[in-house]
Amino acid sequence: MLNASLKTLAAALAARQVSSRELTRTWLERIAALNPRFNAFITVDWEKSLAEADVADARIAAGQGGPLTGVPVAHKDIFCTEGWLTTCGSKMLANFVAPYDAHVIQRFKAAGMPSLGKTNMDEFAMGSSNETSFYGPVRNPWDAARVPGGSSGGAAAAIAARLAPAATGTDTGGSIRQPAAFTGITGLKPTYGICSRYGMIAFASSLDQAGPMARSAEDCALLMNVMAGFDPNDSTSLEREKEDYTRDLEAPLAGLRVGLPKEFFATGLDNDVAAAVQAAVKELQKLGATVVEVTLPNAGLAIPVYYVLAPAEASSNLSRYDGVRYGYRAPEYANLDDMYAKTRAQGFGAEVKRRILIGTYVLSHGYYDAYYLQAQKIRRLIANDFAEAFRACDVILGPTTPGTAFRLGEKTDDPVQMYLNDLYTIPANLAGLPAMSLPCGFDSRGLPIGLQLVGDYFSEARMLNVAHRYQQVTDWHTRQPEGLA
Amino acid sequence: MSLTLDDVLRIARLARIELGAAEAPSAQQQLNAIFGLIETMQAVDTTGIEPMAHAQDVAQRLRDDVVTETDQHARFQAIAPAVEDGLYLVPRVIE
Repeated sequence: MLNASLKTLAAALAARQVSSRELTRTWLERIAALNPRFNAFITVDWEKSLAEADVADARIAAGQGGPLTGVPVAHKDIFCTEGWLTTCGSKMLANFVAPYDAHVIQRFKAAGMPSLGKTNMDEFAMGSSNETSFYGPVRNPWDAARVPGGSSGGAAAAIAARLAPAATGTDTGGSIRQPAAFTGITGLKPTYGICSRYGMIAFASSLDQAGPMARSAEDCALLMNVMAGFDPNDSTSLEREKEDYTRDLEAPLAGLRVGLPKEFFATGLDNDVAAAVQAAVKELQKLGATVVEVTLPNAGLAIPVYYVLAPAEASSNLSRYDGVRYGYRAPEYANLDDMYAKTRAQGFGAEVKRRILIGTYVLSHGYYDAYYLQAQKIRRLIANDFAEAFRACDVILGPTTPGTAFRLGEKTDDPVQMYLNDLYTIPANLAGLPAMSLPCGFDSRGLPIGLQLVGDYFSEARMLNVAHRYQQVTDWHTRQPEGLA
Repeated sequence: MSLTLDDVLRIARLARIELGAAEAPSAQQQLNAIFGLIETMQAVDTTGIEPMAHAQDVAQRLRDDVVTETDQHARFQAIAPAVEDGLYLVPRVIE
């Protein structure tokens, strides 16, 4: 059961071979047994989860179940969930019980999918290792001395350790893909605007995008059918025809043009990672794909551009945490200004404060043009590079990360080294393109390696098709960490 | 460019984040390392390039000018640090 695909689980539920309550309980028991080792969940609430499972069972019994009704899912603690503690990994929101559901949560509820709880994450999604969480770091199920990646590290670790069959994540600069790569799971960041940001606690609004995390591309496609959709409450939500993201899963890959950007295979790439990615290219060629070299000449600028734009947007978004309307308030202060300054100094962790300071500076008088506008212009150049590349190929392929999971504490003292980890993932966020990571092998230490696919706008179904066909001829995505039985 | 200690303290004041004298030097050092990375942008010629503010080039939607919100202030204020008679309480600003 723990290794069953979402399709198998849904079929068993529909056939009444198992109830949602039984399934949900199975995973809740596993979370109770194993979460202390990995710290993947911040909040687990058996009563609420089982009540949601009972609702699902009633729907199935009444013949009103949908494709995934009854299948439990874990939610990143960035999604507001009515009645549940919603912390975003921060002391600032450690007492915040959301008074409403995020749009994505509403969709999972409408689909009849019970929640298994709220997963740990880097504070306000700012981090690449899950070490900035107020609730402590998440540990990688493949090696507990290593990080699971971030910021959706709890979700990734939960799936890798079989503490949840599926999870939601969010990705601003790689926060779905990098942890997916580090933990050997599959994760998709859709085209910007496909999943509503309503009720998803904001970090950098022009980049933030929710997406599915699961074991396989097929599971991600089914989850996309639940998550994606127009929402008038998000001003950047796209009004589009409803798509079935599973429609092309089995399509042949003959004629597929795979673009390899030479910038993604340059110095700094770990040898084991490079070899695994090259082997994946060969598998795709065997399936009928052709390979072309493409170039993304400005991709190397993505990190500096991102560390101007994301902190600028964050400094604005996080100004709402003032100790007045919700969340933390400092216990002692001299006056209103002092209350703001102490509340924010005590409520935010070091990385969040660092990014607010960067953002405040680049938006301040006299520096706006040199930093913020220059970054927005280079963002355009990066998006143009992708547009040019997609004239020659259907999907861009490369490594998700330059190396595999690093050790806890290895990069915490050097923010720049931490930031460089997202070198291959950030460009897709800046352009707003869909991108995914799927397992493609292991390094010499037995740590998972992630393969990244970047598609053109709205080409999720095609990307999932490529990933699914690859997963039919390889078994990397079925491997699981040892010693967790 | 390099941020001075005074710059760092000024930015912290603008951001409404109390920064103690003891933390300021390490914040300064880390911010300067990050700005070292950011400065590589300055070498790029972006003359004539239109800034890209958003991932999608779409116009903002407008909705009908009708009331869509219901009064939920009691629910929302239930999670506030300090309220009284439907008002959020903050330290006195006018003596």
